[in-house]
Amino acid sequence: MLGSLLIVFREVLEAGLIVGIVLAATEGIRGRAAYVAGGIAAGVAGAGLIAAFAGTISNALSGNGQEVFNATILCVAVVMLGWHTVWMASHGREMAREMKQMGRAVAAGEKTLFAMATVIAVAVWREGAEVVLFLYGIAASSGVSAAGLLVGGALGVLGGGAMSWLLYRGLVAIPIRHLFAVTNTLVSLLAAGMAGQAAAILARANLIPAWGYALWDTSGVLPEDSLVGRSLKALVGYSDQPMGVQVAAYVGVLVALYVARRLVTHEPARAAVART
Amino acid sequence: MPRRARSFATAFTAICLPVLCLPALGTVAAPAWAADAPTYTLTLKDHRFTPGQLSVPAGERFRITLDNQDGSVSEFESYDMKFEKIVVGGGKVTVWAGPLHPGTYKFFDDYHPDKATGTIVATAPAAKE
Repeated sequence: MLGSLLIVFREVLEAGLIVGIVLAATEGIRGRAAYVAGGIAAGVAGAGLIAAFAGTISNALSGNGQEVFNATILCVAVVMLGWHTVWMASHGREMAREMKQMGRAVAAGEKTLFAMATVIAVAVWREGAEVVLFLYGIAASSGVSAAGLLVGGALGVLGGGAMSWLLYRGLVAIPIRHLFAVTNTLVSLLAAGMAGQAAAILARANLIPAWGYALWDTSGVLPEDSLVGRSLKALVGYSDQPMGVQVAAYVGVLVALYVARRLVTHEPARAAVART
Repeated sequence: MPRRARSFATAFTAICLPVLCLPALGTVAAPAWAADAPTYTLTLKDHRFTPGQLSVPAGERFRITLDNQDGSVSEFESYDMKFEKIVVGGGKVTVWAGPLHPGTYKFFDDYHPDKATGTIVATAPAAKE
């Protein structure tokens, strides 16, 4: 039971941390609950589909189907996260001002909800597929311990969810003035980490060059498979033995996001002043 | 408003380009670095790996093909060598690993981590240099 609890807990935690950041990043946007719930539902449904067609997907693309699939959905999430931070850079100021004026009921910001719902769906989908396969295997086998394992799985979902909730509560305790700056940074690191992981997955499957297999090794200090290591991997893309191409993708996305934000904040800032 | 829209589009393109180009970079160039990597074969039956230990040369890329002869889904995984891949019942998967430093590396089935474990021993080639 403990084993299944841990497996489910860490997958839920990894997806949940991402959901927590998205929730904080969309704080105050009207109608977000429906989008977030929709994202989670789509992710769970997708995970079920993946589990059902695991064999087919695996055999497609000459055995590299899983790698290509994972890298692709990570890239989708990176693009959506990028879109969100750039959008927030051009609208965040107005949103923060409106929020101060009329509490937290803000009408602006619905455009970015779809992007963030996609990110949630992708995160839940990716981690959920493993959980679904695992729990399905338990349910299918008629072992005596099946009930215990399922209880473990349920506890894992609760535990992972609780940790994510704590992260979200911690983030929204930040004063609204600073919240967007903090979530923007978190979302950027999240996007960079996902891009790095996508590159690492492809390089490990020999689909792209690795540019060095271990630029450094910090597995003795903070192993990637420890709970802290896993959480940091999900949040900011931590790796104890990063590949060259992984670091390149990471830095590339951070720089691209920074440049993109600078491009949109300059003109709209002046335009906003002129309008008021 | 159009100005804002234009700069927004510019910014968006700036993000997407590196992300989308990165995988393309590799797929266009034929994987020359993939040539002639040795492949080792493992069998998973009754949630046990056979052989339970593999010897590989250190410092080289190699492949492991896992033949899952059980009826249930497994996840062929290694923290030490950083691969994880789902293999359905009766299915086969191939993962890449290495280059490894000399030493012992663990792998396991993430869905049956108590029983299904094995190790890879990487040794430096005897007469080199």
